[in-house]
Amino acid sequence: MSTQRLLTLLGLTLGVLLLLVAPFWMSKYQLYVVSLWAVMSIAAIGLNLTLGYAGQVSLAQGVFVGVGAYTGAIMTTNGMPMAAALVVAVVLCFAIGWALGYPALRVQHHYLAFVTLAFSTLGYLVFRNEEWLTKGIYGIVDVPRPMLLGVQAESNLRFYFVCILSLAIVSFGVWWLIRSPWGRAFVALRENPIRALSLGVDTRRYTLMAFAIGSCLGGVAGVIYAPLVEFIDPSPFTLDLSLKLLMMVIVGGSGFFAGPYLGAAIAVLLPEVLRFTEGYYLLIYAAFVMILMIISPTGLLGILDRYLTARSTRKASAARAALSASFGDQT
Amino acid sequence: MKQVLKVSNIVKRFGGITAVGGVSFEVNEGEILGIIGPNGCGKSTLFNCILGQLTPNEGSVHLDGQEVTGLRPCDLNRLGVSRTFQLLQVFPQLTVRENLILSGQEHRGTMGSRLFGPRDAGLSEEADRMIGFFKLGHLAGEKAGGLSYGQQKLLDAAMAFMAGPRLVLLDEPAGGVNLTMLENLKERLQAINAEQGATFVVIEHNMEFVMSLCTRVLVLAEGRVLAMGTPAEVRANPQVVEAYLGH
Repeated sequence: MSTQRLLTLLGLTLGVLLLLVAPFWMSKYQLYVVSLWAVMSIAAIGLNLTLGYAGQVSLAQGVFVGVGAYTGAIMTTNGMPMAAALVVAVVLCFAIGWALGYPALRVQHHYLAFVTLAFSTLGYLVFRNEEWLTKGIYGIVDVPRPMLLGVQAESNLRFYFVCILSLAIVSFGVWWLIRSPWGRAFVALRENPIRALSLGVDTRRYTLMAFAIGSCLGGVAGVIYAPLVEFIDPSPFTLDLSLKLLMMVIVGGSGFFAGPYLGAAIAVLLPEVLRFTEGYYLLIYAAFVMILMIISPTGLLGILDRYLTARSTRKASAARAALSASFGDQT
Repeated sequence: MKQVLKVSNIVKRFGGITAVGGVSFEVNEGEILGIIGPNGCGKSTLFNCILGQLTPNEGSVHLDGQEVTGLRPCDLNRLGVSRTFQLLQVFPQLTVRENLILSGQEHRGTMGSRLFGPRDAGLSEEADRMIGFFKLGHLAGEKAGGLSYGQQKLLDAAMAFMAGPRLVLLDEPAGGVNLTMLENLKERLQAINAEQGATFVVIEHNMEFVMSLCTRVLVLAEGRVLAMGTPAEVRANPQVVEAYLGH
């Protein structure tokens, strides 16, 4: 096993152990913050699939979190189980995400960003104005927490494990997807759609699929978000959330599997760490992001990737030089 | 001999400019047809019209007698037509092996079956064979973006052959490739042509490469066919010498 693989496995094991053991010593608020990190990670993983792997810019991921949250809140407050809400949210977000993918077949980059931005605004207006469905600015209160395998996940600790379990399932699913031929086709779509098309990759179908699956994960995050905060109103689902999710993906490392986890940790946990700076938090945060983008436009994991690529190139060059030298000795 | 490709009176206009003005030709099975002509004479535009990247204003394209005009490039690829581009078109973030697997995976099963099927779509062996064939063996696990220009050019060509195409259109395969690498590329193309009976259409400026590789040569000038024949006939054609070879 290579050192890199060993270190990844070790880091993953330590991370999982920490997530399983640490909550028993956490305060109620700390549990909430880490649960929120898990939920935002799921939404960012979805956006990473659309943007990072398939290269399709989206400023609408926040709306899909909203669609999921409202679906969950409306259904569970009407006595339906969270599992049913999850299925409905996934189907709904898949369909809306698929439809939102159509503009991507005609426009790209900042033009596509504008299309999705318009959709984001539209989504927010529906959440706020369609009172018959969403209760508008009054919101939906007392969103119940789910019953899983006969256990009521009412306490913060139990619901924390629901969030972590959901994150684990989503992570496994996405890991499977990006390692499959689909993942390779998504990367091809991002890197060179014209060449991909000439190699038989149906770029139209993969583009729509990238939007649909990414949006689905936003919906999944929303369904879990609703019982986490227990109160849903339109304010969390403005363009601000879409931009935050976009920043999570970019800061963590767009197109890297671990990017969204890291990005979500920085966006959700860093404010708590920097709480002692009081009003300077946003200034520090903004400066950090700007410096990071100057140093590494591919995010934090981009720095690591650059280091590992340089090391592997050095090794390969040394091996080639040694091989040439040995041929030289023989002649 | 069986006719693989028939191009009939292709016309492509961009606004008031006629890039291709009624080009017709046929390519038989196992043939290597070269297309030469000065820069801007419409060679690449003609390729793009044949391969569905552009829709021609007039004319038609037939593959094995079946009309394929306006079909999308991915659909044409699944019918056994492959291509390379004038500029390098590899996927830099994928390894050499992954570039090759990607080039063949869409020919395996359906989209759904590929999701739940093996990660390599059952193409690892074929990719390794292709890597060996194009003498890229020591680079299989390297990211394509880290390869030299010549190596990327070889990979680019290898990708076009990964799905076992019947017809391959190569747009300036020799451009920017050094002499050793060029000889290697020519050998590989001749071997594939001889062993698999694959048919080629090659756009190229390198006269020596074209004349030694191709069985017939078509000369384009200002979007029209100026001459067509064996390399010797074309070389001896005074119109061609004046329009192209003489410069």
